[in-house]
Amino acid sequence: MEQVFEYLAFSAPGWGGNLLRGLVSTLQIALGAYALGMSIGILGALGKIHGGPILRGALEVYTTLIRAVPELVLILLLFYAGQDAINVILTSLGFERVILDGLWVGIYVIGFVQGAYSTEVFRGAFGAVAPGQIEAARAIGMSRLKVQTRVVIPLMLPFALPGLANLWLITTKDTALLAVVGVSELALETRQAAGATRAYFLFYVAAGCLYLLVTLVSNQIFAWLERRLRRGQPVQG
Amino acid sequence: MPTDDATATPAIEVRDLHKSFGDLEVLKGVSMTARDGDVVTLIGASGSGKSTFLRCINMLDQPSAGEIVLAGEALSMKPGKGGLVATDRKQLERFRARLGMVFQQFNLWQHMTVLQNVVEGPIQILKVPKAQARERAEALLNRVGLWDKRDQYPAFLSGGQQQRAAIARALAMEPRVMLFDEPTSALDPELVGEVLRVIRSLAEEGRTMILVTHEMRFARDVSSEVMFLRNGLVDERGAPDQVFDAPESEHCRRFVQSVH
Repeated sequence: MEQVFEYLAFSAPGWGGNLLRGLVSTLQIALGAYALGMSIGILGALGKIHGGPILRGALEVYTTLIRAVPELVLILLLFYAGQDAINVILTSLGFERVILDGLWVGIYVIGFVQGAYSTEVFRGAFGAVAPGQIEAARAIGMSRLKVQTRVVIPLMLPFALPGLANLWLITTKDTALLAVVGVSELALETRQAAGATRAYFLFYVAAGCLYLLVTLVSNQIFAWLERRLRRGQPVQG
Repeated sequence: MPTDDATATPAIEVRDLHKSFGDLEVLKGVSMTARDGDVVTLIGASGSGKSTFLRCINMLDQPSAGEIVLAGEALSMKPGKGGLVATDRKQLERFRARLGMVFQQFNLWQHMTVLQNVVEGPIQILKVPKAQARERAEALLNRVGLWDKRDQYPAFLSGGQQQRAAIARALAMEPRVMLFDEPTSALDPELVGEVLRVIRSLAEEGRTMILVTHEMRFARDVSSEVMFLRNGLVDERGAPDQVFDAPESEHCRRFVQSVH
């Protein structure tokens, strides 16, 4: 038992500090990727609904491809291929090659993947807004942008929220896939701690508890958000 | 203000409006003029085109031909997908802000309280200072008897209350012309009276209104002109007494007798 506290201690030779730093990276990547994914999702959904045939086609290819290919493959592909592509451009312009910060690449890669899923979540939610609500906004003289920001998006969000809550939990766990490309998030930190001490069970259970904690806190936040966003609606049966 | 000056610029003029849905022509050239203070009522059977005509005035439906002139200014339109579209988006938004629309299904924004619904247009579109918009909204809600419901969400109100709030929302924009699209058709019978009382009080204070309704007795009381539409054309038009008591059109005679 003493060994457990020693291993999980926050200062060396304990690995607790490493795990917490990993958790912070995980949350940073997850929050950044989620924000990016939601932005892509809202714009993607609006593009799919209101866009012309070319934009709609392009978005269809995006959501279909991203959702069809395993995320691990996408991460490997976008991480290495993305880095190469940037360097090809940089060297051709006469700049030095760069090594990208894994944290930021992780945010972009997972955000890009999440964008495909949230596009579909938002598209469904936009479709659930009653047409009369939009007509009232147009009839009072709102610009197209105001119709969206003042009426359509606030009314769409309650419909999107259950799907978005799911996507958030998936995002937090997707960050673990970045371990394969060497981003020091929680999963990689855990593997290093476990490898160094041979206390595999202890560290993987500890990591599991941290992921669970993130989920439990997230559920509370989403439950609060849902109550808040639905405050104009009578409580159902 | 009502005026007897026949040469004054009409509040709104619609000239030779046509509207087709695909191959189906639902409006075959309908014109209408309302001077300040006029209450023009459109009656007719379902499918006669009266609601479509009203919805074309603020371009919620796109006309396929015709002219819309608000206070002497013509809405600039060009051919587009589905019919005519506004050439200048800003002009269309300005027109709509001056045409207060009241819908059959109320269409209050569900995520806003009654008060927020009423101040939304003035604050967001007319850029009225918040305190001033709120003060005016409270006065309007008081007028329609909903001051004590101002912090409720629409879903918690009766249909009659929602429609009165929707009228307050339209009034808050200080529109030049009010458009009512069957404002009592979605209401339980016992709630119709409270909404008609509000509309009547607006007519009495000289507001310019275009009204689509099935309430014939009400139409007769408040209208300055009644238009009977049939198959997308004006079949009979004139003062209420003439249209209801001595119509020239046989169809109009039968229609008003059947619903009286």
